[in-house]
Amino acid sequence: MHSFGYRANALLTFAVTILAFICAIASFSDNFSKQTPSAQIQLFRSLILLDSDVCGGKPVKILNINWFQKQPHGNDEVSLTLNITADLQSLYTWNTKQVFAFVAAEYETSKNSLNQVSLWDAIIPEKEHAKFWIQISNKYRFIDQGHNLRGKDFNLTLHWHVMPKTGKMFADKIVMSGYRLPDAYR
Amino acid sequence: MGYIGETVDSIKSIKIRQLLTQAVTLGMIVTSALIIWKALMCVTGTESPVVVVLSGSMEPGFKRGDILFLHMTKEPIRAGEIVVFSVDGREIPIVHRAIKVHERKNTKEVDVLTKGDNNDIDDIGLYAEGQMWLHRHHIMGRAVGFLPYVGWVTIIMTEKPIIKYILIGALGLLVITSKD
Repeated sequence: MHSFGYRANALLTFAVTILAFICAIASFSDNFSKQTPSAQIQLFRSLILLDSDVCGGKPVKILNINWFQKQPHGNDEVSLTLNITADLQSLYTWNTKQVFAFVAAEYETSKNSLNQVSLWDAIIPEKEHAKFWIQISNKYRFIDQGHNLRGKDFNLTLHWHVMPKTGKMFADKIVMSGYRLPDAYR
Repeated sequence: MGYIGETVDSIKSIKIRQLLTQAVTLGMIVTSALIIWKALMCVTGTESPVVVVLSGSMEPGFKRGDILFLHMTKEPIRAGEIVVFSVDGREIPIVHRAIKVHERKNTKEVDVLTKGDNNDIDDIGLYAEGQMWLHRHHIMGRAVGFLPYVGWVTIIMTEKPIIKYILIGALGLLVITSKD
């Protein structure tokens, strides 16, 4: 009853139980943090280009915005410059490892009830970096399934995923609507 | 030396009834573990409610050796969710984030493109030949929670199977020689 094996077994079981309990409590404590994030996104120049089918062809890059090109089998592609201001500092708790933030353009077309295209994302490991201002062009290509983007109204949504040190992950978003693409290709 | 002598003595002195009792106890332990696993599968709605992260493609969020808890509901897949999917022809499931979602109006079918946080390019290279999008039936679950480091046990046992055999052998010996 008091051999080394029994003692080691009892100790290990106890340690694992306590560890699991601590992880659960840490995750549970995340429910109590008050979160008040804020964000603002401004759109700068935007170009719409016709892209040849995503599978193989090269996209048409237009530097001069007064350009119109027509291709028979193409999907619309947009290039945007975004100006993002956000304050996500209130999302951080002692159990937060990082916050993954991304901006997605969301719109509806005749064929698709919802399209979500991620334009930019960032990993923010520290609270100090969570209040930021950044002006970039889209990190990921904004390509539609079809030719539906002319004159299209769309929302820009800032999503964030809080990834904890242990336990449950939280996600939420701010929807900013009222953005519109130009009526003609440029 | 004395310990080995004791072990050998105890093996010699096993009686049939005692052996059977121990075998039944072992069977009970194994079956209750199986019951818990199947119940978890039912509750979370996925075939594998817990997966181990095998690659570094989601660092620094998920490192190799972390375990993820999965859940699958009928809710539609949305951008930003961390999904676990398997590609036709590959066994190992991949844990990446959905960055593009196109949902059809009438059928509610969905095209999803994924990318690992730590990768520079999206996952088109990982999909099957000619496949541009993931569909719902490829996706096994969404990650909802995680525990760090616990998955190393599984990784070590898979990559060095000799350790698995040693462990099972030692456990078997312990069960047989215990006097309970």
